[in-house]
Amino acid sequence: MANADFEGRVYPANAPYSVGREKIREFATAVGATHPAHHDLVAARGLGYLDLVAPPTFAVIVAQRAESQYISDPAADIDFSRVVHADERFTHHRPIVAGDELTTVLHVDRIVSRGAISMVTTRCEIYAVPESVEVPSPEAESPGEHVATVTSTLAIRGEDA
Amino acid sequence: MSRPDIAALAVGDVIGTRTVTFDRADLVRYAGASGDFNSIHWNDKVAEGAGLPGVIAHGMLTMGSVVGLVSEWAGDPGAVVDYQTRFTKPVEVPNPGTASIEVTATIGVIDADAGTVRVDLAVTVDGAKVLGRTQVLVRL
Repeated sequence: MANADFEGRVYPANAPYSVGREKIREFATAVGATHPAHHDLVAARGLGYLDLVAPPTFAVIVAQRAESQYISDPAADIDFSRVVHADERFTHHRPIVAGDELTTVLHVDRIVSRGAISMVTTRCEIYAVPESVEVPSPEAESPGEHVATVTSTLAIRGEDA
Repeated sequence: MSRPDIAALAVGDVIGTRTVTFDRADLVRYAGASGDFNSIHWNDKVAEGAGLPGVIAHGMLTMGSVVGLVSEWAGDPGAVVDYQTRFTKPVEVPNPGTASIEVTATIGVIDADAGTVRVDLAVTVDGAKVLGRTQVLVRL
């Protein structure tokens, strides 16, 4: 059973993830995203972007790093070998582009256990921080420009499920 | 690349269909690209131990692959402002061989004032739905 005490927890902004051109190309290739704006700088700039544009689900890389702060905490009682992904949602406040430095504030929104199954919903609020800032100040009202919101629900089967 | 004209669209229009295939190498490539190394996506023994018939595709690989149809139709991948799905059935990937995923994209909602359309994706393997409630909000 996932530990219900974690519901409502908010983790401070984490160390920024640097979005690289080759990572965008690699991820786009892995999901078969052939649009030139993922691969070719001239094409991306032709659409008005500063640099290569990330595919719509690229933010999962950033989100899963943030989520691991919670998932891999032994006190959270989440057995990763018994986890299945239930749903996922990306809301893009602006497209992610190469050169972005992205920090994430992780929220554990909901933990519900019924019978032997726990459903855990997390929300990652992703912000672009200026490159000069290595670790966002926890006192700042917002860590930077709001770029994306990633919501994810995991289902965890208990030992007897 | 040209952008679709929102005034020329109607709810129910099919904007495209596509077949997406995965083999084991595709799963390994996605594991590396995404950083998701959960071994149920590349190790049959671990997958079977977890109660699965064998290695399954990352749900996020399926989600990430089926939306390309919409990005290309929109003419700008940055036009996808919201994208959501539910993972309803795992996609088994044989060894050797490929899993074949059928995708149909249909206009679900048109909001001319906001300049957005919602594209609904039907995603099936052998006629069985593998993703549910798959909705892509596109700004045109």
